[in-house]
Amino acid sequence: MTDTPAPRHIPDRLDKPLSSAIFSWEALLVAVAVAIFAVNSFASPYFLDPWSLSDLTFNFTEKALIALAMALLIISGEIDLSVAAIIALASTMMGMAVQAGADTPVLVAIGILVGLGCGAFNGLLVTRLGLPSIVVTIGTMSLFRGIAFIILGDQAYKGYPSSFAFFGQGYVWWVVSFELALFLTAAVIYWFLLHRTSFGRRVFAIGNNPVAAQFSGVRVGRIKFILFCLTGLMAGIASVLITSRLGSTRPSIAQGYELEVITMVVLGGVSILGGAGSIVGVVLAAFIMGLVTFGLGLLNVPGIVMSIFIGLLLIIVIALPIVWRRVRRERFT
Amino acid sequence: MKAFLRYREVWLLAAIVVLIGLVSMRFPGFANLGNLRQLFNDTSILMILALGQMVVILTRSIDLSMASNLCFTGMVVAMLNAAHPAIPIPLLIVIALLVGLVLGAINGFLVWRLNIPSIVVTLGTLTIYRGATFVISGGAWVNADQMSPEFIGLQRAAFLGIPVLSWIAILVIASFFLLMTRTALGRSIYAIGVNPTASVYAGIDVGRTKFIVFCISGVAAGLCGYLWISRYVIASVEVANGYELNIIAACVIGGISIAGGIGSVGGAVLGALFLGIISNALPVINISPFWQMAISGSAIILAVVLNARGERRQGRIILKKAEAA
Repeated sequence: MTDTPAPRHIPDRLDKPLSSAIFSWEALLVAVAVAIFAVNSFASPYFLDPWSLSDLTFNFTEKALIALAMALLIISGEIDLSVAAIIALASTMMGMAVQAGADTPVLVAIGILVGLGCGAFNGLLVTRLGLPSIVVTIGTMSLFRGIAFIILGDQAYKGYPSSFAFFGQGYVWWVVSFELALFLTAAVIYWFLLHRTSFGRRVFAIGNNPVAAQFSGVRVGRIKFILFCLTGLMAGIASVLITSRLGSTRPSIAQGYELEVITMVVLGGVSILGGAGSIVGVVLAAFIMGLVTFGLGLLNVPGIVMSIFIGLLLIIVIALPIVWRRVRRERFT
Repeated sequence: MKAFLRYREVWLLAAIVVLIGLVSMRFPGFANLGNLRQLFNDTSILMILALGQMVVILTRSIDLSMASNLCFTGMVVAMLNAAHPAIPIPLLIVIALLVGLVLGAINGFLVWRLNIPSIVVTLGTLTIYRGATFVISGGAWVNADQMSPEFIGLQRAAFLGIPVLSWIAILVIASFFLLMTRTALGRSIYAIGVNPTASVYAGIDVGRTKFIVFCISGVAAGLCGYLWISRYVIASVEVANGYELNIIAACVIGGISIAGGIGSVGGAVLGALFLGIISNALPVINISPFWQMAISGSAIILAVVLNARGERRQGRIILKKAEAA
């Protein structure tokens, strides 16, 4: 009998020193969030009220729900610019259903299914025809919102049933809104999916090297298709929430949300080139964006000026680690 | 190779002719010379913007901030004109070009020196520039009655029977054509898009070239800032909101590959013209303008499908040539 060599133990992850955790992206985001929180509490006496903080969450939960799925999509190396248009189309379909006399459960189902269908359409175009997703979704963005405009024109749908209002306006427990509870639940599910399942591992593999992933037996096309469907699904859910919160549908609903969602994802440390990122980062980035806009809102800063801060935040947070690395490298060489 | 490139634009041109033909079947006056001239004039601004975007996309980058740059620059010149009507218009145009250049250079610098992906940089500056417009204007509008007659009138003045706006577009198209086909910079731009790594070995400074293309798109946006404001005679924070995607759509329809390296001046011009015809033709043939968005969306998707097939074929041809050599 020959000795069989003992199977070598290959760790699932490399051991990380504590210092890497301290200098990680998430730590940077936590620091930024704490700083903004502190500044806000000093700047406005109304900020630390639990109901204020609860209102704060309405600012970002809808976009953040989409950002969770978008994070996975961007990690896999694709992008979806049509999410806001999906919201508009799903909302329009729900409005049509209301006119036809549909009740709340039907409305929710329609909103979610339209979102899923739009996502599947994007996914088919990208994976079956091998088209670049950024261009495809610029096209479908015009197409989906265009259909909403064709149906609605300059009109608006109103008259949603009162039971429908719960999704965007209701509270689950004390100051915890349904939207916030849904977002936190979804965040846990997406965290598990991305960081604790083989599916998540495959998403990272595709983002880092799609060809190598394909040759390793990962079904690249199918996984990307699923990710597009998930993003559409989340946009459908967000559409239910927004429509319920506003109580009306116009074709211009959620205009420009796609860029805010992507800003959230990138701010959360997801590499726009694919292959890297974490759900924790995205959740932190969502809270940071909510804190910034709400805090500035309490100080009566107009929305458009807030967008300057968001834009600066995005560029500075991305640029800081690059500058930091460069400074360190120059010191050592 | 060159014949093949021409092939794609010939197809787009054919599509445009068919489109004009279809519209004139419903409305015979559409295809007369005066209306076509008007069509070109209406599309001039989009053409200039699409050309600026084209050089950026060719280097595998993207500039999402062009519409915000246009908005900011337009507000600057409009406010200058309202406050000091004595400033001659040519000087105002130079100021517009310079402001656009500076905003473009900021994008270019961040892409070049900090190596941040262009989509992230311009996503940030997209919101920053528009926000800055609000800050300098305080949210106020500059209305037609605050602008001097020369400010509004220059681009409408006819020269040889064609408005100055069209002449500017023709001039810009010609200079872009020279840039892309007759200069080393044009060659480098294509080279970077086709293969950035090989470009470095060929002695091209990739970072610096990217900086230059963002300056070019910035200048184009700055020029259009003045043209847009003096054409629609209102300057506000909402000017050209969301227009960045129309610009990219014109490029995509014009056959410019988002993956870089493929595209031509003629393609960008025809792509812009295609979108211009759709928006001009719909009211003429009694289709609600609300259809426009869905139609241009479908056109974009169709164009990408066709372009992707064209690119694949082109790849094979290169391989055959290499085998033969």
